Amino acid sequence: MTIAPVADDALTGTTTLRLRLRRSERRRRLRAYALMAPLVLFLVAFFAVPIGSVLYFSVANPEVVTMLPRVTAALRDWDGETIPDEAVFAALIEDARVGYADRTLPKVSLRLNYEVSGFRSLLMRTGRKAKRMKPPYKEAALARDERWGELIYWRTLKGNGAPVTAHYLLQAVDLDLQWDGSVQRARPEQRIYIQNLLRTLWIAFVVTLACFLLGYPVAYMIANAPPRLAKVLILMVLLPFWTSLLVRTAAWVIVLQKAGIVNDALIGLGLVEEPLALIFNRTGVYISMTHILLPFMILPLYSVMKGIPPEHMRAAASLGAAPARAFLRVYFPQTLPGLAAGCLLVYVIALGFYITPALIGGGSDQMLAYLIAEFATNTANWGLAGALAIVLLACIAVLYPLYHRFAGAGGMKLG
Amino acid sequence: MTMSKTTLRLAVAAGLAGLMAAGAVQARDFTISSWGGGYQDSQRKHFFKPFGDSKGIKVLEDTYLGGWAQFKAMQETGNRPWDVVQVENSELIRGCEEGLFVKLDWSRIGPKSSYIEPAVSECGLGVVVVSQLVAWNPKNAKAQPNGIADFFDLAKIPGKRGVRSDPKGTLEFALMADGVDVKDVYKVMNTKAGLDRAFAKLDTIKSQIQWWEAGAQAPEWLVSGDVVMSTAYNGRIAKANKDGHGLKMMWQNNILYVDKWVIFKGSEHVDTGYEFLKYFSDPKREAAFTNDYTYGQPNREAVKYITPEVMAALPAGDHIKDALDTGREDSVEFWLDNSDEIFERWTAWKAK
Repeated sequence: MTIAPVADDALTGTTTLRLRLRRSERRRRLRAYALMAPLVLFLVAFFAVPIGSVLYFSVANPEVVTMLPRVTAALRDWDGETIPDEAVFAALIEDARVGYADRTLPKVSLRLNYEVSGFRSLLMRTGRKAKRMKPPYKEAALARDERWGELIYWRTLKGNGAPVTAHYLLQAVDLDLQWDGSVQRARPEQRIYIQNLLRTLWIAFVVTLACFLLGYPVAYMIANAPPRLAKVLILMVLLPFWTSLLVRTAAWVIVLQKAGIVNDALIGLGLVEEPLALIFNRTGVYISMTHILLPFMILPLYSVMKGIPPEHMRAAASLGAAPARAFLRVYFPQTLPGLAAGCLLVYVIALGFYITPALIGGGSDQMLAYLIAEFATNTANWGLAGALAIVLLACIAVLYPLYHRFAGAGGMKLG
Repeated sequence: MTMSKTTLRLAVAAGLAGLMAAGAVQARDFTISSWGGGYQDSQRKHFFKPFGDSKGIKVLEDTYLGGWAQFKAMQETGNRPWDVVQVENSELIRGCEEGLFVKLDWSRIGPKSSYIEPAVSECGLGVVVVSQLVAWNPKNAKAQPNGIADFFDLAKIPGKRGVRSDPKGTLEFALMADGVDVKDVYKVMNTKAGLDRAFAKLDTIKSQIQWWEAGAQAPEWLVSGDVVMSTAYNGRIAKANKDGHGLKMMWQNNILYVDKWVIFKGSEHVDTGYEFLKYFSDPKREAAFTNDYTYGQPNREAVKYITPEVMAALPAGDHIKDALDTGREDSVEFWLDNSDEIFERWTAWKAK
């Protein structure tokens, strides 16, 4: 009988110890979480939420369902082949009346107008009169505007009877969602998005290539220059980097324009007779974007080259490799992580360029961000702006694994 | 990957910016938003500051750069960071229909008849009358344009032309140059054949078009000789001429834009907003602004106090007898109905 309390005591002893241990461990873990919290909050606020909301906007379709609920319900069993009957018209007029009174009708009208031009004025005209309309509503609505006798308007209403839609995402790749869920190519004069995306990818590619060709030797020179000279050279790379993008773009306008410095110099030297067209075309866009993005190529390259011991090249030479062979087989492969980082940085930043092509390019040099800005800020068509942003994001997402393969996860070192 | 994260954010920045602009604002002073730059400086000197001084209140200012995004954010958050803002006609009509702006009680401003017709709207009072027209530099042009048709005539006047990079206004110019009467422009453009006709007319000069985005580019290119003619805003040309550049303006079939003051419904300063509108519409004050910054004024009386040199560069009197007012109903309706589709067609056409 005396054993039991002892055992009991021992048992409680271990339990409290274990409990205490667990408690202190939990405390330590909580402290670690607390230290991480600002970072997590930052990531959620500035990374997850914006991207999440862009995703949401690109598929959200709340207008018709919430602002025209009666006609949405009435059209659920409609076959889409004949003009709907009186019950549907009555639902439409009631929705229009309510929507006009509570000011939601203009919003849903503009939403429907994205798909059929003129739907806005049709619905607004009907809404203005809806309060005074008397049954039979079918006749009254047709008398107000005979467009209600056309199937396309009814089908578009039915096609938007769900709170989510693929309409914007499909539009962003030149496809057109039909009312019955089938997908067609957009009409030729509306197909602008794929072409624009390809152009964006191409411009970014050319700029990256130019940055590589120009930046690699510069980075090599800085990495192998005596320290004092290297400092001056780095400063020369960084100085323009600290200047506002808009200022650098405006400076290029002055340099490249018809009566600009370059043309004046060329004419003055007698090299050309007529001023060259260096601006408001692709040439100007390539020149200015390459200049603006060059530091993003030089800096990672420089940081990697700085870490390559000069003995490697000497060893290669002593083993009989010619300079070119030593460079290609020994030096160049070691710079690959820096090169991959530089290329990825330049390419990804170039993809999002907006103001430089807008000011220096011509009509056929605008990039995707131009369209996104147009829809996001001007017409407030956030659905299409979101869908285009998603397309751009998808392109970058495809690139990232490629980068990983070349550079490895730890490949990017900046400075 | 921090850099690519930045880039991604660039892609969504516009949307975010709209949301951020709506950030929490509670009790604050009376706030007016206008279009910034030298224009707003001049407005401050002639209207904002003296108005605040006369009432003994503080007038805060902000800048609005067009478009609907900021208003959409205001609707969704319920915030009203501004009390009075200068808007363009398409936003005016949209905001009026959606109940964002106050329907004006004219007895609190002045009789409607004292303003020129394009300056009066259900929710808005005209701020300035701006004209888009053809301008040229007599030093460079090989011939001078005698009408809007000449702008589209490469045989008569060869060389580059500056054109605003926007279908709005540009398609109207094309149809008027093709002989469509100013009052029939939207009737014609509302048909497939009419719209095709406008694009076909633009096709004839497309190879020589240099697109401008910002209003300041047109006079710049005219002065530098990059283009022989350009569409431009009259105020920008007048400003270049004040700097001694001697550019010329051609008034036939120019296009008028009358931006409007609107008051936000639900603002705590609606009464002050009305007082400001009344203060603003005084003809002498308006004339003083115009003598400083060459845009026309809504009050019919204002012309009496404007100097003759300024009048010569102003969309007023004979200069607007065959002008197209983009605030008229068929124009606003046409663009609200068709701008999405035409924007795509325009973009595709421009890139071809």
